[in-house]
Amino acid sequence: MTVAATIRAKLAEEFSPTRLDVVDDSDRHIGHAGAKPGGETHFQVTLVSPRFAGVGRVERQRLVYRCLAAELAGPVHALSLTVLAPGEAAPG
Amino acid sequence: MIQNDNPAHQRIRQEVTGNPVVLFMKGTPVFPQCGFSAAIVQVLSHLGVKFKGLDVLTDPSLREGIKSYSDWPTIPQLYVKGEFVGGCDIIREMYQTGELQELLSTKGIETQSA
Repeated sequence: MTVAATIRAKLAEEFSPTRLDVVDDSDRHIGHAGAKPGGETHFQVTLVSPRFAGVGRVERQRLVYRCLAAELAGPVHALSLTVLAPGEAAPG
Repeated sequence: MIQNDNPAHQRIRQEVTGNPVVLFMKGTPVFPQCGFSAAIVQVLSHLGVKFKGLDVLTDPSLREGIKSYSDWPTIPQLYVKGEFVGGCDIIREMYQTGELQELLSTKGIETQSA
């Protein structure tokens, strides 16, 4: 399973999201620290789930980081997060 | 979450309580070594906020220590008046909505363009 597929599976199971986008944007970071040939190091995740309603920004990201602790300690160098509750507009 | 017997935590506490705005980052404010750190430097500079940048790349104990101190696994991390505010995504979003400027002014931090 690719890193992206693992991230997707873990988030889907943990948060039952109404929207889940996992984008590997490693190719935008070629030559940067942490980038590796073959990509799968830099990800952008958009996650919408009722679990985040009434939860503050910092705590939302902590929940996601905890769910992906193994990936962050391993292959993932950077994870850019947009974590929303249903009905919240995605920031520009 | 804060262990008193960890020397790195003691040092971090001194830094974040002794300086109004502290950015734990990769590289320095003048030469950031990571795009996410650079993004926060840019926001703070744009707001005219004076801050202390601490380079985790030159200090492995700081790099590990700040992750457990904040219960936050990634760098950069911004502290205002001893309080963890967030990483790159959160700071960028708070800047766009104006909440960052509001927080800084509530905490008595001087900004130039707010």
